[in-house]
Amino acid sequence: MPVKTINNIPVWQRREPLKQRLIWFGYFLALMLFLLCWKIISDNTIWEFLTDAHIQAASLIGRMIPPDWSITGALLLPLWDTLNIATVGTALGVVIAFPLAFLAARNTSPHPSLRAFALAVIVSSRSINALIWAILLVTIVGPGLLAGMIAIALRSIGFVGKLLYEAIEEIHPTPVEAVTSTGAGRMQVLAYSVMPQIMPAFAGITVYRWDINIRESTVLGLVGAGGIGLQMNAAINNLAWGQVATVFVLIFGTVILSEWVSAKVRHAVI
Amino acid sequence: MSQSSQILDPRLLAAKSGRWHPKPMISNATLRWGINAAVIVYLVLLYFSVDINWSRVAQGMDRGVAFMGSFLTPDFISRGGEIMVGLRESLTMTFAATVIGILLAIPVGLGAARNIAPAPVYFFCRAIIALSRTFQEIIIAILFVAMFGFGPLAGVVTLAFATIGFMAKLLAEDIEDAQRDPMEAVKATGASWLQWINYAVQPQVMPRLIGLSLYRLDINFRESAVIGIVGAGGIGATLNTSINRYDYDTSAAVLLVIIGIVLMSEYLSGYVRKWTA
Repeated sequence: MPVKTINNIPVWQRREPLKQRLIWFGYFLALMLFLLCWKIISDNTIWEFLTDAHIQAASLIGRMIPPDWSITGALLLPLWDTLNIATVGTALGVVIAFPLAFLAARNTSPHPSLRAFALAVIVSSRSINALIWAILLVTIVGPGLLAGMIAIALRSIGFVGKLLYEAIEEIHPTPVEAVTSTGAGRMQVLAYSVMPQIMPAFAGITVYRWDINIRESTVLGLVGAGGIGLQMNAAINNLAWGQVATVFVLIFGTVILSEWVSAKVRHAVI
Repeated sequence: MSQSSQILDPRLLAAKSGRWHPKPMISNATLRWGINAAVIVYLVLLYFSVDINWSRVAQGMDRGVAFMGSFLTPDFISRGGEIMVGLRESLTMTFAATVIGILLAIPVGLGAARNIAPAPVYFFCRAIIALSRTFQEIIIAILFVAMFGFGPLAGVVTLAFATIGFMAKLLAEDIEDAQRDPMEAVKATGASWLQWINYAVQPQVMPRLIGLSLYRLDINFRESAVIGIVGAGGIGATLNTSINRYDYDTSAAVLLVIIGIVLMSEYLSGYVRKWTA
């Protein structure tokens, strides 16, 4: 137990002196790095813009209240498009992620090289935000819903794939052994011993990703990939902040609803 | 279970005659068929309401192939300067925003933990968390760019704001799950509130806090690549410009840089988590 003597009285210390000093040194390094980062940011910032930031903020909020409810009717179809982007995107992503997870899981992967390939696909998909995929896809397949759906799907592959392959790696080995010992083929072992164990996790992951995708698909329109984001972008470009506020309220409502649905379903399956 | 009820079980009987089927995942038949019917109705609605311009898609296919091909020939050199500047800005924004966000998230997280905060503080902090978590980073970035002007400062504020909600929520949950015994023991010694937090609460949540901080650093880097699109600085601006110019070799290079850094941070955070746990 580390003890330090102060005024001839032994005082208990939480850590050994060396360890404590190392921790302080770590904090010191982090502080220096932070100051360096701050200097770079500060050099690239036009500080004059900040002098009237509070006036800008006040006028922004002032123009958002009250929201312009007259466009609500025109927003319902884009909202339905947004739901479709999220749902179809999730479905596409899941269909691709499902076999990929089996290739990526250590205990079901047929070959180490296939496993490395699957892991590379999962990491690439996870690293890149749906919005970036959407920018790319808008230049490739043109603006519209399809670009949004594929963007959402590409981002979902990594997320669902990663969580699912971790679930596969955590299965109980006993049922696998039992089914294998009956002389079942490779596919039968997967179908009767692995699948029943991962299905609840799979359903939970899918609905969780669908919930996230609803949020993400609301902004895909900013880059032209369809949905309610298109209307938001138009309203922002027109500086019609009252309409922007209406879009925000609708997005807020949809997100709360999808979160509630997702929580219900996950509660039911897990 | 008695012998007779085992024999009468229809599933066992079916298994004995070789007609066994695994149990369906949803045991309630009405719910199961209800979900199936809902899916079919949805697909029909989808078919009639979504219009996709397939001829435009066909036109873009060669561009898609060109983009795929450019992943094999990424061009790090010809726009190397812009990539480096964007990357440096993204990394500095990420680190600064994560530090600021976590420092602000700690008091909010303490206030949002049911077991250590009084009710008014609790509701106030929970409101901050809900506000920060509802909207996408990019929406927050649009608002902050409108307030602070273009540049990395708007990005830092955006990422820090998003970090507060994320970290404070998870920290509060962790504090709520902490063991009560050490808290009571330290309180019984007559410790002040700060000493109590420092010796009873902090050691219990610190390993998870470090892990989450690294995870958030990773998320903030990925997000920093996005908020550049609306003018909040970082590598996103470089990427957006290269895509709009159809300069796919540079885009591929930027994407590969992002993937590489995320991969590296994932390895690093796994290592640090093992070391602190």
